[in-house]
This record gives sequence, structure tokens and C-alpha cells, in this order.
Amino acid sequence: MTFRKYLVLAGVTISAPVGDSLLSRGMKDVGSISLHNLSHILLAILNPWVAMGILFLLGFFACYTTALSWADLTYVLPATSLGYVLLALIAKFLLNEQVTPARWAGILLISAGVGFVTRGPVLTHPVAHESERSSETVSTGGSR
Amino acid sequence: MRPLYTWSAITAIVLASTTGDVLLSHAMKQVGDVHQLWRRNGTFTVVGRVLHNPYFLLGVLSMATAFYSLLFALSWADVSLVGPAAASLTFVANAMAAKIFLNERVDRRRWIAALLVAGGVVLLAA
Repeated sequence: MTFRKYLVLAGVTISAPVGDSLLSRGMKDVGSISLHNLSHILLAILNPWVAMGILFLLGFFACYTTALSWADLTYVLPATSLGYVLLALIAKFLLNEQVTPARWAGILLISAGVGFVTRGPVLTHPVAHESERSSETVSTGGSR
Repeated sequence: MRPLYTWSAITAIVLASTTGDVLLSHAMKQVGDVHQLWRRNGTFTVVGRVLHNPYFLLGVLSMATAFYSLLFALSWADVSLVGPAAASLTFVANAMAAKIFLNERVDRRRWIAALLVAGGVVLLAA
């Protein structure tokens, strides 16, 4: 694991909760969407909060796919969950919201889960090299 | 009616995002380490190779389905229910899917981690 890879994982962790909060804020403006009025859900994108949320989620997606190119899915996913911990800490220290003991317990469990995974190997993918090699030969064959 | 709608949307989010995660992970393993590829061949090769991967495109389609299901769910229920419920179920579903479809070695350490994270996410919503 290099510093750059930790930066990518940090991007995965931070951009998802920020994007989700922006979406949530925006959807409160848009209001309840009924199944009879499906066009409203397409117009929801025009709401600036939703639009900003989508931008952050695009950043998340770029970091996420990058991380998946060198790490297991079950390695990267717990990193995304650290975002919830971040969200609770922001609520406590920036928004002065009450964080209940149950939430602190939740934070502890998630952190323990992430700790568990990061102590193990990054990639355990037995067929990864095989498929990588076959795609390598196909693509280099095509580009030459 | 509303809880039924909400949980249907949450189920849709879990299924679509698990499918998307598995497809994306498979696609990116085929593409190979993005950073090394970028240093060797430049940005265009990376973007081209990613966008030409059919698994990637299918994965994005699944993710888009999950995203719109999320928008539906958020319009029916609070983010504090939808977010953690969908996320914690997706963790467990993903651990199973990664073992079955991606042949990842989901050992005891990773199972415990998936369950700890899923439980933690539920507690955060409590």
C-alpha cells in the first residue's frame, strides 16, 4: 500500500457521505415523488443540491473504480463505511447534534470491522491474474 | 402502504448495487492497476479501456438503477433509515457475492468485518 493508494481510499470515504447528504437535502426540496409522476424524478437533477450531490458521487465513483483496479471488493467496501463514522462525527462536532450511545457503539463496530480487513491482504483474487493476462493479450493484440 | 414502498425500494437498492459492485470489480480487475496503466500508456488508454469493458457498462447500468431506487426511497422515507438499511444489507450481500462470483477469499476475518460493519451501520440509525 502506497501513500497514493491511501489517498484514493480517503477519497472513497469522504466523497460518498458528502454526496449523500447533499442529495438528501435536495430531495427534501423536490418532495415526495409519486409513481404516477415519474418525470419529476428526472427533473430532480435540476435541483442545485441534487446536482452538487451527483458531482460528489461522480468523484466517489472515480476513486472507487480506481481502488477496485488493485484491491478486492471486500477490501474496498469497508472503507466506504468509514464515511458513516465521518458523518456522525461531523454531526457531533460541526452541527452540534446529539450522538447517542447506540451511535457511538455503531461507530466502534464499523471502525473495528475496517480495522479487521485492513490487517489482511489487499488482493486475494485467485483468478484475477488469469483474466488480467487474457485481457492484456487481447488488448495489446488489438492496439498493435 | 408507505413502509412497503420504502422496503421494496431498499430491496431494489441492495440487489442493484450488489450486482453493480460485482460487475465493476470484475471489470476493473480485467483492466488492471489503473495507476500503472496510466503511467505506461496515458489517460486515453485508461479511459478507453475502462469504457470499452462490457462489464463496466453493465455495472454502471446497475449502479444507475440503484441510484434511482435510492432517489425513490429518499422521497418516501428519511435518509437515516434508507441509507443505513440499504448499506448494511448491501455489505452482507456483497460479501456473499464476492465469494461466489468473484472468487475472492472471504475468510473468517472478512466475514466478521462485514457483519461488524453491517451491525455498526444499523446502530448508527438507531
